[in-house]
Amino acid sequence: MKYTNTGNKDTRSGFGAGLTELGRTNENVVALCADLIGSLKMNQFIEENPDRFFQAGIAESNMIGVAAGLTIGGKIPFAGTFAGFASGRVYDQVRQSLAYSNKNVKVAASHAGLTLGEDGATHQIMEDIGLMKMLPNMVVINPCDYNQTKAATIAAAEHVGPVYLRFGRPSVPNFTAEDQKFEIGKAVMLEEGTDVTILATGHLVWKALEAADQLKEQGISAEVINIHTIKPLDTEAVLNSVKKTGAVVTAEEHLMNGGLGDSIAQLLSRKFPTPLEMVAVDDKFGESGKPEELLTKYGIDTVNVVEAAKTVLKRK
Amino acid sequence: MAKIEELKEIASQVRRDIVRMVHAQNSGHPGGSLGCADFLTALYFEVLNHNPKNWNMDGIGEDLFFLSNGHVSPVWYSVLARSGYFPVKELSTFRTLGTRLQGHPTTAEHLEGIRIASGSLGQGMSVAAGAALAKKLNGDKNLVFSLHGDGELQEGQIWEAALFAAARNIDNYIATVDFNGVQIDGPTSEVMNLDSLKAKFEAFGWIVVEMEGNQIEAVLEGIDKAKAQTGKGKPVVILMKTEMGFGVDFMMGTHKWHGVAPNDEQLALALEQNKETLGDY
Repeated sequence: MKYTNTGNKDTRSGFGAGLTELGRTNENVVALCADLIGSLKMNQFIEENPDRFFQAGIAESNMIGVAAGLTIGGKIPFAGTFAGFASGRVYDQVRQSLAYSNKNVKVAASHAGLTLGEDGATHQIMEDIGLMKMLPNMVVINPCDYNQTKAATIAAAEHVGPVYLRFGRPSVPNFTAEDQKFEIGKAVMLEEGTDVTILATGHLVWKALEAADQLKEQGISAEVINIHTIKPLDTEAVLNSVKKTGAVVTAEEHLMNGGLGDSIAQLLSRKFPTPLEMVAVDDKFGESGKPEELLTKYGIDTVNVVEAAKTVLKRK
Repeated sequence: MAKIEELKEIASQVRRDIVRMVHAQNSGHPGGSLGCADFLTALYFEVLNHNPKNWNMDGIGEDLFFLSNGHVSPVWYSVLARSGYFPVKELSTFRTLGTRLQGHPTTAEHLEGIRIASGSLGQGMSVAAGAALAKKLNGDKNLVFSLHGDGELQEGQIWEAALFAAARNIDNYIATVDFNGVQIDGPTSEVMNLDSLKAKFEAFGWIVVEMEGNQIEAVLEGIDKAKAQTGKGKPVVILMKTEMGFGVDFMMGTHKWHGVAPNDEQLALALEQNKETLGDY
Protein backbone atom coordinates (compact mmCIF):
# COMPACT_ATOMS: atom_id res chain seq x y z
CA MET A 1 0.00 0.00 0.00
CA LYS A 2 1.30 3.44 -0.78
CA TYR A 3 -0.09 4.85 2.51
CA THR A 4 1.62 4.48 5.85
CA ASN A 5 -0.18 4.31 9.15
CA THR A 6 1.78 6.75 11.28
CA GLY A 7 0.18 5.30 14.42
CA ASN A 8 -3.38 4.67 15.47
CA LYS A 9 -5.27 7.68 16.78
CA ASP A 10 -8.92 8.48 17.40
CA THR A 11 -10.71 10.89 15.09
CA ARG A 12 -12.31 12.67 18.06
CA SER A 13 -8.82 13.75 19.12
CA GLY A 14 -8.43 15.16 15.62
CA PHE A 15 -11.53 17.23 16.30
CA GLY A 16 -10.11 18.36 19.64
CA ALA A 17 -6.84 19.39 17.98
CA GLY A 18 -8.69 21.27 15.24
CA LEU A 19 -10.83 23.08 17.79
CA THR A 20 -7.75 24.02 19.80
CA GLU A 21 -6.14 25.48 16.71
CA LEU A 22 -9.31 27.41 15.88
CA GLY A 23 -9.33 28.76 19.42
CA ARG A 24 -5.94 30.29 18.74
CA THR A 25 -6.61 31.57 15.24
CA ASN A 26 -10.27 32.64 15.13
CA GLU A 27 -11.64 34.65 18.03
CA ASN A 28 -15.22 34.11 16.87
CA VAL A 29 -15.06 30.36 17.38
CA VAL A 30 -16.90 29.30 20.54
CA ALA A 31 -17.75 25.83 21.83
CA LEU A 32 -20.58 24.14 23.67
CA CYS A 33 -20.78 20.67 25.11
CA ALA A 34 -23.50 18.57 26.73
CA ASP A 35 -21.53 17.05 29.60
CA LEU A 36 -19.02 15.18 27.43
CA ILE A 37 -15.95 17.42 27.43
CA GLY A 38 -13.46 14.59 27.87
CA SER A 39 -15.13 12.34 25.33
CA LEU A 40 -14.99 15.08 22.70
CA LYS A 41 -11.45 16.13 23.61
CA MET A 42 -12.45 19.74 24.20
CA ASN A 43 -10.30 20.21 27.32
CA GLN A 44 -7.48 22.11 25.67
CA PHE A 45 -9.80 24.59 23.96
CA ILE A 46 -11.61 25.19 27.25
CA GLU A 47 -8.37 25.65 29.16
CA GLU A 48 -7.15 28.23 26.66
CA ASN A 49 -10.51 29.96 26.10
CA PRO A 50 -12.62 29.60 29.26
CA ASP A 51 -14.85 32.54 28.29
CA ARG A 52 -15.63 31.05 24.89
CA PHE A 53 -16.91 27.73 26.20
CA PHE A 54 -20.45 27.07 27.42
CA GLN A 55 -21.29 23.93 29.36
CA ALA A 56 -24.84 23.03 28.35
CA GLY A 57 -25.33 20.12 30.70
CA ILE A 58 -27.34 17.08 29.68
CA ALA A 59 -29.77 19.17 27.66
CA GLU A 60 -28.94 18.81 23.99
CA SER A 61 -32.03 20.52 22.59
CA ASN A 62 -31.21 23.69 24.45
CA MET A 63 -27.56 23.44 23.39
CA ILE A 64 -28.55 23.49 19.72
CA GLY A 65 -30.79 26.51 20.26
CA VAL A 66 -28.15 28.40 22.24
CA ALA A 67 -25.64 27.67 19.48
CA ALA A 68 -28.07 29.10 16.91
CA GLY A 69 -28.45 32.23 19.06
CA LEU A 70 -24.69 32.67 19.40
CA THR A 71 -24.37 33.03 15.63
CA ILE A 72 -26.48 36.18 15.91
CA GLY A 73 -23.63 38.46 16.86
CA GLY A 74 -21.07 36.75 14.65
CA LYS A 75 -19.95 33.76 16.71
CA ILE A 76 -19.07 30.39 15.12
CA PRO A 77 -20.28 27.79 17.61
CA PHE A 78 -19.13 24.15 17.69
CA ALA A 79 -21.77 22.20 19.62
CA GLY A 80 -20.49 18.80 20.67
CA THR A 81 -22.04 15.60 21.95
CA PHE A 82 -22.41 11.95 20.89
CA ALA A 83 -23.66 11.59 17.33
CA GLY A 84 -26.93 9.99 18.37
CA PHE A 85 -27.79 12.93 20.61
CA ALA A 86 -26.47 15.44 18.06
CA SER A 87 -28.81 14.19 15.34
CA GLY A 88 -31.76 12.00 16.30
CA ARG A 89 -32.43 13.44 19.72
CA VAL A 90 -32.38 17.05 18.53
CA TYR A 91 -33.69 16.60 15.01
CA ASP A 92 -36.39 19.24 15.21
CA GLN A 93 -34.04 21.77 16.81
CA VAL A 94 -31.43 21.15 14.12
CA ARG A 95 -34.12 21.30 11.45
CA GLN A 96 -35.76 24.59 12.47
CA SER A 97 -33.12 26.55 14.37
CA LEU A 98 -30.06 25.49 12.31
CA ALA A 99 -30.90 24.14 8.87
CA TYR A 100 -34.05 26.08 7.95
CA SER A 101 -32.68 29.21 9.63
CA ASN A 102 -29.33 28.58 7.89
CA LYS A 103 -27.28 29.30 11.01
CA ASN A 104 -23.51 29.10 11.09
CA VAL A 105 -23.37 26.29 13.66
CA LYS A 106 -21.08 23.27 13.52
CA VAL A 107 -22.58 20.17 15.09
CA ALA A 108 -19.67 18.08 16.37
CA ALA A 109 -20.93 14.50 16.45
CA SER A 110 -18.61 12.05 18.13
CA HIS A 111 -18.76 8.30 18.79
CA ALA A 112 -20.72 7.73 15.58
CA GLY A 113 -21.48 4.23 14.35
CA LEU A 114 -20.85 0.70 15.61
CA THR A 115 -17.27 1.36 16.69
CA LEU A 116 -18.45 3.19 19.78
CA GLY A 117 -18.40 -0.40 20.96
CA GLU A 118 -19.39 -1.67 24.37
CA ASP A 119 -22.10 0.90 25.16
CA GLY A 120 -24.35 -0.85 22.67
CA ALA A 121 -27.18 0.12 20.37
CA THR A 122 -28.63 3.05 22.36
CA HIS A 123 -25.42 4.92 21.65
CA GLN A 124 -24.39 3.45 18.29
CA ILE A 125 -26.24 5.65 15.85
CA MET A 126 -26.10 4.44 12.27
CA GLU A 127 -28.89 6.64 10.91
CA ASP A 128 -27.32 10.05 11.42
CA ILE A 129 -25.88 10.62 7.95
CA GLY A 130 -29.33 9.97 6.50
CA LEU A 131 -31.09 12.22 8.98
CA MET A 132 -28.69 15.07 8.43
CA LYS A 133 -28.26 14.86 4.66
CA MET A 134 -32.03 15.13 4.23
CA LEU A 135 -31.99 18.64 5.68
CA PRO A 136 -31.66 21.40 3.07
CA ASN A 137 -28.68 23.73 3.77
CA MET A 138 -26.91 21.07 5.86
CA VAL A 139 -23.36 19.99 4.99
CA VAL A 140 -22.45 16.47 6.14
CA ILE A 141 -18.78 15.57 6.67
CA ASN A 142 -17.40 12.19 7.77
CA PRO A 143 -13.56 12.31 7.77
CA CYS A 144 -11.46 9.15 7.83
CA ASP A 145 -8.63 9.64 10.32
CA TYR A 146 -7.11 11.94 12.93
CA ASN A 147 -5.32 14.27 10.52
CA GLN A 148 -8.32 14.59 8.25
CA THR A 149 -10.71 15.24 11.13
CA LYS A 150 -8.48 18.03 12.36
CA ALA A 151 -8.36 19.55 8.88
CA ALA A 152 -12.13 19.11 8.45
CA THR A 153 -12.81 20.88 11.75
CA ILE A 154 -10.82 23.89 10.59
CA ALA A 155 -12.54 23.83 7.18
CA ALA A 156 -15.96 23.65 8.85
CA ALA A 157 -15.25 26.92 10.63
CA GLU A 158 -14.42 28.58 7.31
CA HIS A 159 -17.65 27.39 5.69
CA VAL A 160 -20.60 29.74 6.33
CA GLY A 161 -23.66 27.68 7.23
CA PRO A 162 -24.65 24.64 9.26
CA VAL A 163 -22.31 21.63 9.21
CA TYR A 164 -22.72 18.14 10.67
CA LEU A 165 -19.20 16.89 11.43
CA ARG A 166 -19.20 13.16 12.16
CA PHE A 167 -16.32 11.34 13.81
CA GLY A 168 -15.66 8.40 16.08
CA ARG A 169 -14.36 6.94 19.29
CA PRO A 170 -11.77 4.22 18.53
CA SER A 171 -8.13 4.60 17.59
CA VAL A 172 -7.77 3.91 13.89
CA PRO A 173 -4.89 4.18 11.41
CA ASN A 174 -3.76 7.76 10.83
CA PHE A 175 -2.47 7.94 7.27
CA THR A 176 -3.57 11.14 5.53
CA ALA A 177 -1.18 14.08 5.33
CA GLU A 178 -0.73 16.18 8.45
CA ASP A 179 -0.68 19.40 6.43
CA GLN A 180 -3.60 18.54 4.12
CA LYS A 181 -5.97 21.24 2.94
CA PHE A 182 -9.51 19.99 3.47
CA GLU A 183 -11.94 21.02 0.76
CA ILE A 184 -15.58 20.49 1.68
CA GLY A 185 -17.36 18.63 -1.13
CA LYS A 186 -14.16 17.58 -2.87
CA ALA A 187 -13.56 13.82 -2.89
CA VAL A 188 -9.99 12.56 -2.48
CA MET A 189 -8.54 10.05 -4.95
CA LEU A 190 -6.47 7.62 -2.89
CA GLU A 191 -5.70 4.79 -5.32
CA GLU A 192 -6.22 4.81 -9.06
CA GLY A 193 -7.59 1.66 -10.63
CA THR A 194 -9.47 0.38 -13.64
CA ASP A 195 -11.74 -2.55 -12.71
CA VAL A 196 -13.90 -1.30 -9.84
CA THR A 197 -14.45 1.93 -7.89
CA ILE A 198 -14.56 1.75 -4.11
CA LEU A 199 -16.21 4.80 -2.55
CA ALA A 200 -15.60 4.86 1.18
CA THR A 201 -16.23 7.26 4.04
CA GLY A 202 -15.07 7.57 7.67
CA HIS A 203 -13.47 4.58 9.34
CA LEU A 204 -14.14 2.42 6.27
CA VAL A 205 -11.65 4.36 4.12
CA TRP A 206 -8.67 2.51 5.63
CA LYS A 207 -10.56 -0.76 5.23
CA ALA A 208 -11.13 0.11 1.58
CA LEU A 209 -7.41 0.65 1.08
CA GLU A 210 -6.69 -2.72 2.70
CA ALA A 211 -9.32 -4.30 0.45
CA ALA A 212 -7.75 -2.73 -2.65
CA ASP A 213 -4.41 -4.28 -1.67
CA GLN A 214 -5.95 -7.72 -1.36
CA LEU A 215 -7.82 -7.29 -4.64
CA LYS A 216 -4.57 -6.34 -6.36
CA GLU A 217 -3.04 -9.62 -5.21
CA GLN A 218 -6.00 -11.32 -6.91
CA GLY A 219 -5.42 -9.40 -10.13
CA ILE A 220 -8.22 -6.87 -9.65
CA SER A 221 -7.42 -3.18 -10.04
CA ALA A 222 -9.53 -1.15 -7.59
CA GLU A 223 -9.80 2.62 -7.52
CA VAL A 224 -10.32 3.98 -3.97
CA ILE A 225 -11.92 7.36 -3.38
CA ASN A 226 -12.44 8.96 0.02
CA ILE A 227 -15.88 10.57 0.08
CA HIS A 228 -15.31 12.62 3.23
CA THR A 229 -18.20 14.92 2.38
CA ILE A 230 -21.50 13.09 1.95
CA LYS A 231 -23.26 16.35 1.16
CA PRO A 232 -22.59 18.17 -1.05
CA LEU A 233 -21.53 15.03 -2.91
CA ASP A 234 -18.63 15.31 -5.35
CA THR A 235 -20.71 13.96 -8.23
CA GLU A 236 -18.05 14.77 -10.81
CA ALA A 237 -15.38 12.66 -9.09
CA VAL A 238 -17.81 9.78 -8.68
CA LEU A 239 -19.07 9.84 -12.26
CA ASN A 240 -15.59 10.19 -13.75
CA SER A 241 -14.37 7.15 -11.87
CA VAL A 242 -17.44 5.03 -12.52
CA LYS A 243 -17.38 5.79 -16.24
CA LYS A 244 -13.85 4.38 -16.25
CA THR A 245 -14.41 1.27 -14.10
CA GLY A 246 -18.07 0.40 -14.71
CA ALA A 247 -18.58 -1.08 -11.25
CA VAL A 248 -18.96 0.44 -7.76
CA VAL A 249 -18.71 -0.59 -4.13
CA THR A 250 -19.66 1.81 -1.34
CA ALA A 251 -18.33 1.31 2.20
CA GLU A 252 -19.45 3.04 5.37
CA GLU A 253 -20.19 2.63 9.06
CA HIS A 254 -23.87 3.45 8.71
CA LEU A 255 -27.16 1.89 7.74
CA MET A 256 -27.68 1.14 4.08
CA ASN A 257 -30.81 3.29 4.26
CA GLY A 258 -29.82 6.92 4.08
CA GLY A 259 -26.06 6.51 3.96
CA LEU A 260 -23.33 7.14 1.41
CA GLY A 261 -24.39 4.12 -0.66
CA ASP A 262 -27.89 5.49 -0.86
CA SER A 263 -26.56 8.85 -2.15
CA ILE A 264 -24.42 7.07 -4.75
CA ALA A 265 -27.31 4.85 -5.86
CA GLN A 266 -29.47 7.93 -6.37
CA LEU A 267 -26.78 9.64 -8.40
CA LEU A 268 -25.89 6.66 -10.58
CA SER A 269 -29.42 5.48 -11.27
CA ARG A 270 -30.21 8.95 -12.61
CA LYS A 271 -26.96 9.81 -14.40
CA PHE A 272 -25.06 6.62 -15.20
CA PRO A 273 -26.67 3.31 -14.17
CA THR A 274 -23.87 1.06 -12.94
CA PRO A 275 -23.70 -2.21 -10.98
CA LEU A 276 -23.41 -1.26 -7.29
CA GLU A 277 -22.79 -3.16 -4.07
CA MET A 278 -23.10 -1.55 -0.66
CA VAL A 279 -21.01 -2.43 2.36
CA ALA A 280 -23.20 -1.05 5.14
CA VAL A 281 -25.44 -2.31 7.92
CA ASP A 282 -28.71 -3.66 6.60
CA ASP A 283 -31.65 -2.41 8.67
CA LYS A 284 -30.38 -3.49 12.09
CA PHE A 285 -29.55 -1.89 15.43
CA GLY A 286 -26.10 -2.63 16.85
CA GLU A 287 -25.10 -4.28 20.14
CA SER A 288 -22.31 -4.33 22.73
CA GLY A 289 -18.92 -5.61 21.67
CA LYS A 290 -15.41 -4.56 20.72
CA PRO A 291 -15.24 -2.32 17.66
CA GLU A 292 -13.44 -4.85 15.46
CA GLU A 293 -15.77 -7.67 16.55
CA LEU A 294 -18.76 -5.53 15.65
CA LEU A 295 -17.42 -4.58 12.22
CA THR A 296 -16.96 -8.29 11.51
CA LYS A 297 -20.34 -9.36 12.84
CA TYR A 298 -22.23 -6.61 11.01
CA GLY A 299 -20.42 -7.19 7.75
CA ILE A 300 -18.60 -3.89 7.31
CA ASP A 301 -14.96 -5.00 7.45
CA THR A 302 -12.16 -5.32 4.91
CA VAL A 303 -13.23 -8.80 3.87
CA ASN A 304 -16.72 -7.53 3.09
CA VAL A 305 -15.34 -4.83 0.81
CA VAL A 306 -13.26 -7.45 -1.03
CA GLU A 307 -16.27 -9.75 -1.42
CA ALA A 308 -18.50 -6.89 -2.56
CA ALA A 309 -15.94 -5.94 -5.23
CA LYS A 310 -15.83 -9.48 -6.56
CA THR A 311 -19.63 -9.69 -6.55
CA VAL A 312 -20.07 -6.45 -8.41
CA LEU A 313 -17.49 -7.42 -11.01
CA LYS A 314 -19.63 -10.42 -11.92
CA ARG A 315 -22.48 -8.04 -12.72
CA LYS A 316 -20.48 -5.89 -15.12
CA MET B 1 -49.64 61.35 28.10
CA ALA B 2 -49.32 61.83 24.37
CA LYS B 3 -47.04 58.83 24.19
CA ILE B 4 -49.66 56.49 25.68
CA GLU B 5 -52.38 57.79 23.35
CA GLU B 6 -50.10 57.40 20.38
CA LEU B 7 -49.24 53.82 21.30
CA LYS B 8 -52.93 53.02 21.75
CA GLU B 9 -53.63 54.34 18.27
CA ILE B 10 -50.85 52.22 16.81
CA ALA B 11 -52.15 49.15 18.65
CA SER B 12 -55.59 49.79 17.17
CA GLN B 13 -54.10 49.80 13.69
CA VAL B 14 -52.11 46.67 14.47
CA ARG B 15 -55.33 44.91 15.47
CA ARG B 16 -56.93 45.96 12.18
CA ASP B 17 -53.91 44.59 10.32
CA ILE B 18 -54.15 41.27 12.18
CA VAL B 19 -57.80 40.58 11.42
CA ARG B 20 -57.49 41.81 7.83
CA MET B 21 -54.41 39.64 7.14
CA VAL B 22 -56.01 36.53 8.58
CA HIS B 23 -59.35 37.23 6.88
CA ALA B 24 -57.74 37.78 3.47
CA GLN B 25 -56.26 34.29 3.34
CA ASN B 26 -58.89 32.68 5.58
CA SER B 27 -55.89 31.37 7.45
CA GLY B 28 -53.73 32.29 10.45
CA HIS B 29 -53.89 32.84 14.20
CA PRO B 30 -55.85 35.94 15.28
CA GLY B 31 -56.51 35.16 18.97
CA GLY B 32 -52.98 35.15 20.37
CA SER B 33 -51.95 37.90 17.95
CA LEU B 34 -54.63 40.28 19.25
CA GLY B 35 -53.72 39.49 22.85
CA CYS B 36 -50.07 40.43 22.27
CA ALA B 37 -50.76 43.58 20.20
CA ASP B 38 -50.29 45.98 23.11
CA PHE B 39 -47.07 44.37 24.28
CA LEU B 40 -45.44 44.26 20.86
CA THR B 41 -46.58 47.78 20.03
CA ALA B 42 -45.05 49.09 23.25
CA LEU B 43 -41.88 47.08 22.66
CA TYR B 44 -41.27 48.15 19.05
CA PHE B 45 -42.49 51.75 19.29
CA GLU B 46 -41.19 52.69 22.72
CA VAL B 47 -38.88 50.21 24.40
CA LEU B 48 -36.44 48.68 21.91
CA ASN B 49 -33.22 50.37 20.99
CA HIS B 50 -33.32 49.34 17.35
CA ASN B 51 -32.68 50.51 13.83
CA PRO B 52 -35.42 49.27 11.47
CA LYS B 53 -34.09 51.09 8.39
CA ASN B 54 -30.63 49.56 8.66
CA TRP B 55 -31.55 46.09 9.77
CA ASN B 56 -28.83 43.47 9.88
CA MET B 57 -28.72 39.91 11.17
CA ASP B 58 -26.14 40.40 13.92
CA GLY B 59 -27.86 43.40 15.50
CA ILE B 60 -24.73 44.48 17.34
CA GLY B 61 -25.39 47.69 19.26
CA GLU B 62 -29.16 47.08 19.30
CA ASP B 63 -31.72 45.33 21.46
CA LEU B 64 -32.93 42.07 19.92
CA PHE B 65 -36.36 40.47 19.97
CA PHE B 66 -37.17 36.79 19.31
CA LEU B 67 -40.70 35.49 18.78
CA SER B 68 -40.76 31.91 20.06
CA ASN B 69 -44.50 31.31 19.59
CA GLY B 70 -44.23 31.84 15.85
CA HIS B 71 -47.91 31.29 15.14
CA VAL B 72 -48.72 34.83 16.31
CA SER B 73 -46.83 36.01 13.22
CA PRO B 74 -49.63 38.43 12.15
CA VAL B 75 -49.03 40.74 15.11
CA TRP B 76 -45.26 40.61 14.63
CA TYR B 77 -45.46 41.28 10.89
CA SER B 78 -47.77 44.22 11.50
CA VAL B 79 -45.53 45.76 14.16
CA LEU B 80 -42.39 45.19 12.08
CA ALA B 81 -43.94 46.82 9.01
CA ARG B 82 -45.50 49.69 10.95
CA SER B 83 -42.17 50.45 12.65
CA GLY B 84 -40.36 50.59 9.32
CA TYR B 85 -38.64 47.24 8.76
CA PHE B 86 -40.43 46.58 5.47
CA PRO B 87 -43.21 48.18 3.40
CA VAL B 88 -46.63 48.12 5.04
CA LYS B 89 -48.25 47.08 1.78
CA GLU B 90 -46.35 43.79 1.98
CA LEU B 91 -48.76 42.77 4.77
CA SER B 92 -51.25 41.96 2.00
CA THR B 93 -49.01 39.05 0.91
CA PHE B 94 -49.30 37.21 4.25
CA ARG B 95 -49.48 33.43 3.72
CA THR B 96 -49.67 33.72 -0.09
CA LEU B 97 -47.43 31.79 -2.49
CA GLY B 98 -44.00 33.40 -2.79
CA THR B 99 -44.43 35.74 0.18
CA ARG B 100 -41.74 36.75 2.63
CA LEU B 101 -44.51 36.72 5.26
CA GLN B 102 -44.70 32.95 5.68
CA GLY B 103 -47.33 31.38 7.91
CA HIS B 104 -44.67 31.12 10.57
CA PRO B 105 -41.70 33.52 10.65
CA THR B 106 -38.58 32.49 8.77
CA THR B 107 -35.18 33.81 7.81
CA ALA B 108 -35.35 31.86 4.54
CA GLU B 109 -37.13 34.72 2.76
CA HIS B 110 -34.79 37.37 4.20
CA LEU B 111 -37.57 39.41 5.80
CA GLU B 112 -36.04 42.31 7.71
CA GLY B 113 -36.47 42.02 11.46
CA ILE B 114 -36.47 38.23 11.66
CA ARG B 115 -33.38 36.45 12.94
CA ILE B 116 -34.52 32.84 13.36
CA ALA B 117 -37.34 30.63 12.20
CA SER B 118 -40.01 29.79 14.78
CA GLY B 119 -43.16 27.75 14.66
CA SER B 120 -42.15 24.44 16.13
CA LEU B 121 -42.55 25.55 19.74
CA GLY B 122 -40.12 25.76 22.61
CA GLN B 123 -36.94 26.76 20.79
CA GLY B 124 -36.89 30.54 21.15
CA MET B 125 -35.72 30.78 24.74
CA SER B 126 -32.59 28.80 23.91
CA VAL B 127 -31.93 31.00 20.88
CA ALA B 128 -32.47 34.20 22.87
CA ALA B 129 -30.14 32.94 25.61
CA GLY B 130 -27.47 32.24 22.98
CA ALA B 131 -27.89 35.68 21.44
CA ALA B 132 -27.59 37.21 24.92
CA LEU B 133 -24.32 35.31 25.45
CA ALA B 134 -23.04 36.65 22.10
CA LYS B 135 -23.85 40.17 23.32
CA LYS B 136 -21.80 39.58 26.45
CA LEU B 137 -18.88 38.22 24.41
CA ASN B 138 -19.10 41.26 22.14
CA GLY B 139 -19.22 43.71 25.05
CA ASP B 140 -22.60 44.86 23.75
CA LYS B 141 -24.67 46.31 26.59
CA ASN B 142 -28.01 46.05 24.80
CA LEU B 143 -30.73 43.62 25.84
CA VAL B 144 -32.37 40.55 24.36
CA PHE B 145 -36.15 40.09 24.58
CA SER B 146 -38.31 37.11 23.70
CA LEU B 147 -42.00 36.22 23.71
CA HIS B 148 -43.49 32.81 24.47
CA GLY B 149 -46.97 31.40 24.65
CA ASP B 150 -48.05 29.92 27.97
CA GLY B 151 -49.03 26.65 26.33
CA GLU B 152 -45.55 26.64 24.80
CA LEU B 153 -44.11 26.24 28.29
CA GLN B 154 -45.29 22.64 28.15
CA GLU B 155 -42.32 21.96 25.87
CA GLY B 156 -39.37 20.47 27.79
CA GLN B 157 -36.79 22.55 25.93
CA ILE B 158 -38.15 25.70 27.59
CA TRP B 159 -37.14 24.34 30.98
CA GLU B 160 -33.74 23.24 29.69
CA ALA B 161 -33.28 26.83 28.55
CA ALA B 162 -34.60 28.19 31.85
CA LEU B 163 -32.01 26.13 33.75
CA PHE B 164 -29.27 27.18 31.37
CA ALA B 165 -30.01 30.91 31.44
CA ALA B 166 -29.94 30.96 35.23
CA ALA B 167 -26.89 28.68 35.54
CA ARG B 168 -24.93 30.81 33.07
CA ASN B 169 -26.08 34.09 34.72
CA ILE B 170 -27.64 35.46 31.56
CA ASP B 171 -28.86 38.73 33.04
CA ASN B 172 -29.12 40.77 29.82
CA TYR B 173 -32.24 38.90 28.79
CA ILE B 174 -35.95 39.49 29.43
CA ALA B 175 -38.34 36.71 28.43
CA THR B 176 -42.06 37.42 28.36
CA VAL B 177 -44.75 34.78 28.71
CA ASP B 178 -48.13 35.55 27.15
CA PHE B 179 -50.16 34.19 30.02
CA ASN B 180 -53.61 34.03 28.43
CA GLY B 181 -54.52 30.67 29.93
CA VAL B 182 -55.73 29.24 26.65
CA GLN B 183 -54.34 26.82 24.06
CA ILE B 184 -55.70 24.96 21.05
CA ASP B 185 -57.50 22.19 22.90
CA GLY B 186 -58.89 24.44 25.63
CA PRO B 187 -57.85 26.17 28.85
CA THR B 188 -54.23 25.42 29.82
CA SER B 189 -55.54 24.49 33.27
CA GLU B 190 -57.32 21.54 31.67
CA VAL B 191 -54.94 20.62 28.85
CA MET B 192 -51.78 20.60 31.00
CA ASN B 193 -51.88 22.69 34.12
CA LEU B 194 -49.16 25.34 34.35
CA ASP B 195 -49.93 26.25 37.98
CA SER B 196 -47.63 28.65 39.76
CA LEU B 197 -45.50 29.86 36.88
CA LYS B 198 -44.07 32.48 39.19
CA ALA B 199 -42.92 29.83 41.67
CA LYS B 200 -41.56 27.67 38.87
CA PHE B 201 -39.42 30.42 37.35
CA GLU B 202 -38.25 31.61 40.76
CA ALA B 203 -37.28 28.06 41.67
CA PHE B 204 -35.29 27.94 38.41
CA GLY B 205 -33.37 31.04 39.48
CA TRP B 206 -35.14 33.77 37.52
CA ILE B 207 -36.40 37.19 38.58
CA VAL B 208 -40.15 37.30 37.94
CA VAL B 209 -42.14 40.43 37.07
CA GLU B 210 -45.92 40.25 36.76
CA MET B 211 -47.67 42.55 34.33
CA GLU B 212 -51.10 43.27 32.89
CA GLY B 213 -50.57 42.90 29.14
CA ASN B 214 -53.58 44.59 27.59
CA GLN B 215 -53.11 48.10 28.97
CA ILE B 216 -50.36 50.12 27.37
CA GLU B 217 -49.60 52.00 30.60
CA ALA B 218 -49.20 48.77 32.53
CA VAL B 219 -47.08 47.25 29.78
CA LEU B 220 -44.65 50.17 29.75
CA GLU B 221 -44.44 50.11 33.51
CA GLY B 222 -43.94 46.34 33.61
CA ILE B 223 -41.16 46.38 31.01
CA ASP B 224 -39.48 49.23 32.86
CA LYS B 225 -39.61 47.18 36.03
CA ALA B 226 -38.12 44.19 34.22
CA LYS B 227 -35.34 46.29 32.70
CA ALA B 228 -34.48 47.53 36.18
CA GLN B 229 -33.93 43.89 37.19
CA THR B 230 -31.40 43.18 34.45
CA GLY B 231 -27.68 43.09 35.23
CA LYS B 232 -28.22 41.36 38.56
CA GLY B 233 -26.81 37.98 37.64
CA LYS B 234 -30.17 36.41 36.82
CA PRO B 235 -32.44 36.20 33.78
CA VAL B 236 -35.74 38.08 34.00
CA VAL B 237 -39.18 36.86 32.99
CA ILE B 238 -42.35 38.90 32.66
CA LEU B 239 -45.53 36.93 33.30
CA MET B 240 -47.89 38.95 31.13
CA LYS B 241 -51.58 38.44 31.82
CA THR B 242 -53.50 38.91 28.59
CA GLU B 243 -56.81 37.93 27.13
CA MET B 244 -56.70 35.96 23.92
CA GLY B 245 -58.51 37.93 21.21
CA PHE B 246 -58.33 41.20 23.17
CA GLY B 247 -59.84 44.12 21.29
CA VAL B 248 -62.40 42.09 19.33
CA ASP B 249 -65.24 41.26 21.73
CA PHE B 250 -66.46 38.05 20.14
CA MET B 251 -62.93 36.62 19.96
CA MET B 252 -62.14 37.31 23.62
CA GLY B 253 -61.79 34.70 26.31
CA THR B 254 -62.09 31.63 24.15
CA HIS B 255 -59.65 29.21 22.54
CA LYS B 256 -61.98 28.97 19.53
CA TRP B 257 -60.18 31.87 17.80
CA HIS B 258 -56.69 30.44 18.23
CA GLY B 259 -56.32 29.48 14.59
CA VAL B 260 -59.57 30.45 12.87
CA ALA B 261 -60.11 33.35 10.49
CA PRO B 262 -63.13 35.69 10.66
CA ASN B 263 -65.68 35.67 7.82
CA ASP B 264 -66.74 38.89 6.04
CA GLU B 265 -69.33 39.88 8.64
CA GLN B 266 -67.07 39.06 11.55
CA LEU B 267 -64.29 41.10 9.95
CA ALA B 268 -66.60 44.10 9.64
CA LEU B 269 -67.52 43.78 13.31
CA ALA B 270 -63.87 43.46 14.34
CA LEU B 271 -62.90 46.54 12.32
CA GLU B 272 -65.74 48.56 13.86
CA GLN B 273 -64.16 47.94 17.24
CA ASN B 274 -60.68 49.08 16.18
CA LYS B 275 -60.47 52.39 14.41
CA GLU B 276 -58.17 53.03 11.49
CA THR B 277 -55.39 55.29 12.76
CA LEU B 278 -52.32 54.93 10.54
CA GLY B 279 -54.14 53.91 7.36
CA ASP B 280 -54.96 50.36 6.32
CA TYR B 281 -52.43 48.66 4.06
